[in-house]
Amino acid sequence: MELHLNMGIDSSKEKVGAIPVDADVAIIGGGPAGISAAIYAKRKGLRTVVITETTGGQINDTTTVENYPGFPMISGEMLARKFYDQARELNIPFMKSVGVKQIISGANNLKTLVLSDGNSYNAKAVIIATGSRHRKLEVPGEETLAGKGVAYCAICDGPLFRDRNVVVVGGGNAAVEAAIDLSKLATKVIMVHRSQFRADQVLLDRMQRINNIQVHLETQITEIQGIEKVSGIAVRNLTNRKREVIPADGVFVEVGYLANTEFVKGLVDLNERNEIIVDHKMQTSLSGIFAAGDVAEGPFKQIVIAVGEGAKAALAANEYLNTLTNEEETNHEIA
Amino acid sequence: MKLLNDEVQAQLKTVFENMQKDVTIALFIKEDPCETCQETSDFLNELVATSPHLHLKMYDIERDHAIAEQYNVKMVPSIVLLDQDQQYQRIKFNGIPAGHEINSFVKGILEVAGAGAPLSGEVMDRLSEVKHPVNIKVFVTLGCPHCSGAVEKAHKLALSNEYIDAEMIEAQTFYDLSDRFNVSSVPKIVINDDFEFVGNQPLETFLEEIEKIQAVN
Repeated sequence: MELHLNMGIDSSKEKVGAIPVDADVAIIGGGPAGISAAIYAKRKGLRTVVITETTGGQINDTTTVENYPGFPMISGEMLARKFYDQARELNIPFMKSVGVKQIISGANNLKTLVLSDGNSYNAKAVIIATGSRHRKLEVPGEETLAGKGVAYCAICDGPLFRDRNVVVVGGGNAAVEAAIDLSKLATKVIMVHRSQFRADQVLLDRMQRINNIQVHLETQITEIQGIEKVSGIAVRNLTNRKREVIPADGVFVEVGYLANTEFVKGLVDLNERNEIIVDHKMQTSLSGIFAAGDVAEGPFKQIVIAVGEGAKAALAANEYLNTLTNEEETNHEIA
Repeated sequence: MKLLNDEVQAQLKTVFENMQKDVTIALFIKEDPCETCQETSDFLNELVATSPHLHLKMYDIERDHAIAEQYNVKMVPSIVLLDQDQQYQRIKFNGIPAGHEINSFVKGILEVAGAGAPLSGEVMDRLSEVKHPVNIKVFVTLGCPHCSGAVEKAHKLALSNEYIDAEMIEAQTFYDLSDRFNVSSVPKIVINDDFEFVGNQPLETFLEEIEKIQAVN
């Protein structure tokens, strides 16, 4: 029997480090990037606060992590927990179950964060680490059959497809991992991807050894079919142009992610993928606002990269705050 | 075999120190066939040992059918939380609350023990308009990290209004029921067996669905 007790993570009553009235640096997001930024900022002596809807972020939805140094094999949830515990040891205050609706850049370099609970909060520097969410396939049937066979979380919904036939869409690590997980429960797993695999070779090797996984590459899904629930997918082979219908009871969509940047549209520059554009110090187009992790522009969305970017953003924010202090002192002397 | 390891036991002890009142866990089981009854009973026996405020009562759904009816228990294993006066608080767990559901279970115990945070005045005002019975079913799987959040919200609503009752349903244990409600993504929330939505949605979504039911009646 498995138990995933994380009361430390979800208990809203917990008092870890009092929340300062205003902060030197406010970090939005409690995933790997946000927590790493918080650890670095706190250790620099900055008054730090983390504002987050959930702690841990997307790694909570990952069964196992095998590419984070120091942990040859650890559950995503346990790694998230370890990140959080380390922040807690440093008495970093967390405002939980709260989102940021808007950032207003005001006078004296002050940033005001408008929160989802109606309050607002001031900080001198802000690190945006709001991560990303599942990208949709954007084909007919996906919307209407969502929750009726179309699913986005294999570890959540996999058990509901025991002894059924399921499709996994996508060709990255997340898709291959989902297929491997599902193969233990489902009768047959059909992997469909519009080009070639880009998943790690170790995962592909592992998948190849499983005989109830069937692979269709260079294959595009044109429709998810079904009336009350999913009955199958219509596909088109991109090499020979052949169309066919593959019967299935479920479709797991693992086709990448969308950056959570809606709340900063118009405030900082975004690229064509709606990721926040940053320089090599994770500085955005607006001075004093930094971005790190999946939300920031850059290839390879990985935990270890998010953690590294969080650290860079915090150190850069510290540098920025030092220049601010110096400027204030100079201004003071002149006055 | 010990189900709660030392680390979990220690955590539970700390968390349950916040309990202000006693809570009785009423477990309904039956003799075979019940695949998870024994495990659930072992789990709860170990859990109540972590706090002097926790008590366990075991019932057989057939022999104690009068009590089962009183709490509207229809499946096994099913867990009902009773307050210090042995009063039914309209919250239920059908299936073993292990995996991620241990979080909603511990939260439920704390709520009944008077250690929960109250809902905002605005939400309480909206709930005070509820005058027709509301049943909230939250279908979950134990591997789902965000399902317990939905269970907690449903339970909180039930604890805050006497017309509302809320129950967690472990979808794999109660496969036929899940099939009847076409559960293929969790958490799936079904209100009065009719209105439904999927996902750990904000409290606002629960309230809107509840208000729709009030309007229909």
